[in-house]
Amino acid sequence: MKDVQRPRCARKTPFDSFAFKNTPRRTLAGGTALAGALGLLLVPAAAQAAWEPTKSVEFVVPAGTGGGADQMARMIQGIIQKNNLMGQPIVVINKSGGAGAEGFLDVKSSNRNPHKIIITLSNLFTTPLATGVPFSWKDMTPVAMLALDNFVLWVNSEAAQKSPKEFVEAAKEGGANRFKMGGTGSKQEDQIITAAIEQTAGVTFTYVPYKGGGDVAAQLVGNHINASVNNPIEAVSQWRAGALRPLCVFDNERIPLKEPVADGKSWNTIPTCKESGLDVEYTMLRGIFMGPGVTPDQVAYYVDLFKKVRETEEWKDFMAKGAFNVSFKTGDDFKSWLTAAETQHKTLMDKAGFTKQ
Amino acid sequence: MEALGSLIQGFGVLADPMNIAYMFIGITLGVLIGVLPGLGGANGVAILLPLTFSMSPTSAIIMLSCIYWGALFGGAITSVLFNIPGEPWSVATTFDGHPMAQKGHAGEALTAAFTSSFFGAFVAVLLITFLAPVIAGFALRFGPAEFFAVQLLTFCSFVGMGSESPFKVLCAMMLGFALAAVGLDSVTGELRMTFGSVELLRGFDFLIAVIGLFGIGEILLTMEEGLAFKGKAAKINAKVVWETWKSLPRYWVTAIRGSIVGCWMGITPGGATPASFMSYGLAKRFSRNRQNFGNGEMEGVVAPETAAHAAGTSALLPMLTLGIPGSPTAAVLLGGLLIWGLQPGPLLFIEQKEFVWGLIASMYLGNIAGLIVVLTTVPVFASILRIPFSIIAPVIVVICAVGAYTVHNAFLDIVMMLVFGVVGYVFKKLSYPLAPLVLALVLGDMAESSFRQAMLVSQGDLAIFWSNPLVGSIVTLALVMLFWPVISALLRKRQSRQDGGTQVIPVK
Repeated sequence: MKDVQRPRCARKTPFDSFAFKNTPRRTLAGGTALAGALGLLLVPAAAQAAWEPTKSVEFVVPAGTGGGADQMARMIQGIIQKNNLMGQPIVVINKSGGAGAEGFLDVKSSNRNPHKIIITLSNLFTTPLATGVPFSWKDMTPVAMLALDNFVLWVNSEAAQKSPKEFVEAAKEGGANRFKMGGTGSKQEDQIITAAIEQTAGVTFTYVPYKGGGDVAAQLVGNHINASVNNPIEAVSQWRAGALRPLCVFDNERIPLKEPVADGKSWNTIPTCKESGLDVEYTMLRGIFMGPGVTPDQVAYYVDLFKKVRETEEWKDFMAKGAFNVSFKTGDDFKSWLTAAETQHKTLMDKAGFTKQ
Repeated sequence: MEALGSLIQGFGVLADPMNIAYMFIGITLGVLIGVLPGLGGANGVAILLPLTFSMSPTSAIIMLSCIYWGALFGGAITSVLFNIPGEPWSVATTFDGHPMAQKGHAGEALTAAFTSSFFGAFVAVLLITFLAPVIAGFALRFGPAEFFAVQLLTFCSFVGMGSESPFKVLCAMMLGFALAAVGLDSVTGELRMTFGSVELLRGFDFLIAVIGLFGIGEILLTMEEGLAFKGKAAKINAKVVWETWKSLPRYWVTAIRGSIVGCWMGITPGGATPASFMSYGLAKRFSRNRQNFGNGEMEGVVAPETAAHAAGTSALLPMLTLGIPGSPTAAVLLGGLLIWGLQPGPLLFIEQKEFVWGLIASMYLGNIAGLIVVLTTVPVFASILRIPFSIIAPVIVVICAVGAYTVHNAFLDIVMMLVFGVVGYVFKKLSYPLAPLVLALVLGDMAESSFRQAMLVSQGDLAIFWSNPLVGSIVTLALVMLFWPVISALLRKRQSRQDGGTQVIPVK
């Protein structure tokens, strides 16, 4: 089409500018018509094969702006936009009220709405137990586990303790409640890990809840608390600056990243807590859910979307920087993981007395 | 002078025309975000964050931080014109900015607000440029007890005086504390005062209360008083900027005090909103024109604006060096840094020189650009007051409603805003002060959790507030501030007795 029209542009006439302006428009119109025709042919076939969003998708974050879940959601939003992975826009909305209950209740009540997804953190399990607000993962449709967030036991690098064993001994010697453990929020992941350490090792800490992970790491550097269970991404810069020391990681195996991070040590050199004698395991779910009553087609669309997200360089980079456990689970595999995780939280929280009666 | 060299390199990064373009786009967007109440800096930056992923981290942070500067500037506009704080840190600006506008001095008030914002930010940037390594670690000395001490100081410097009856101040403050307590108790992780309602899970947002109490309340009052803006007779011309500038140097003490308060609150990090209240309180206490505060005193605009902008700017220092966000907006910027793969922390200044110094250089240029953008619009904004009330009032109500809705995307918030509007009207009619309520609502939550954290750390021992020189001196200073009216009265009495006791000194 272009070839046919080119001579006309080149020809010098008093209406040259008019002709020039007109040409691309025609080409465009032709192109649109062609695409339209193709689209007409493709649409019925596509509709049979797969569902696709027909309007913008709401991406609910059951936490405030700036936190770990919010960062991940906005990262995903950016990746989807940049790589054009979805035909419709995706909009992140924070619904953080009542330790995330607001967001979960919103999704729970969005029956058969395929244009709303939610990213979870451990408050999926902890908030209903601690606050009594009625919801559970079974009220929603599980889509995929994106990753598991790791937790590491940190102490100030001036502290004498070099291993979890020494740490537990020091906490015992210090006496009940003398050791202060800082963490994010109350009756959430950090306090649950703290309670698990207490139950396993027979020590008691004073748990001090703070607003965010960055605050906790800074409080530990400033020696206002004795230890923390910060996520890798929250504390890594202080580790590299020589202010904090990692003692052990709460996953069931070591983090596979072998690139040196600080002082010649890598994430991989940090032992698991279990192998160093402190038998506590905990990772935090970063997963995606939809409301109840959505069709398998709709779930399959999002599973596929997140598979594509996981394959991007940006995502891989983000996972490595935050030393995430990159497990990906969907379907029944994911459901059985969720069942086990729910039981784990219930047991730990019941024992620690965190469950609302 | 290593800092100077690095700074010049930073300006080199900025010399890229694209970065300059991003800077101006950012400032303009930021001013708009600041003008719209509800759509705060944090929301604005969060919404635009994913758009920046395709830029280089340096360009992205320049644009996003310029949105932040723009929002800091823009928050003052609606505070002065309509008594609606566009941002939490502009609440204190309404106290004198709006009365000035009512008297027909909207242009002067806006010019004073923008110029003092610029001054505060400039002091903070100088501080960051030359003293960053020295003061970066200062925030580390702040544990729960120290944070509570700073919050106590904010309360005490703001309350403890005032022409209203102490009983009314107390009532308003207690109502504020009660509202702040609704929602999740961050220390026990349990819900309180939600009465099983899903809508109350969020608690009462400060912004919604402020939009209602100030904005809607003001409109109700104006409706009663004759459906016209008092400030419409204002002379608007371009010279107003120059004329205001001539009178500003008089307030140098207030401006410097505001900047110091702001930098201190930004670095610790206490936040821009408490900083603006503290600075206003201090200015009111130590000013020669203190009886004129609240009736349109320019000093009452200079004080909160310098502090808010100094705090907003210096809050970036703990964010960059320690990863502690000093404000909700800084928290979102921090998230952005992590997404771009930059690790905020002690090593950022060493490993990411180009990024850090590009950002600092953009603070200089961004604030100058911001000042130019907002000052040129002063006559435009001031002339809004000439639009008949019957046209502009519905527009304001709609903007307020949109703003209230944007905070949490919740319809009930609009209803809540209207209820707060009626409360604001009743408060004014019965001459109850609104400021203590607002202060309690914004600080109550923070002060409560710091206090309870401190009590957890000390096992319930109050002596923790005098456990080291830092916390001890702040708490003592706070108590002196609280009882200052009594102390100064006693001092004066003694003075007059020494003078022979013949003079009668009126107690203000």
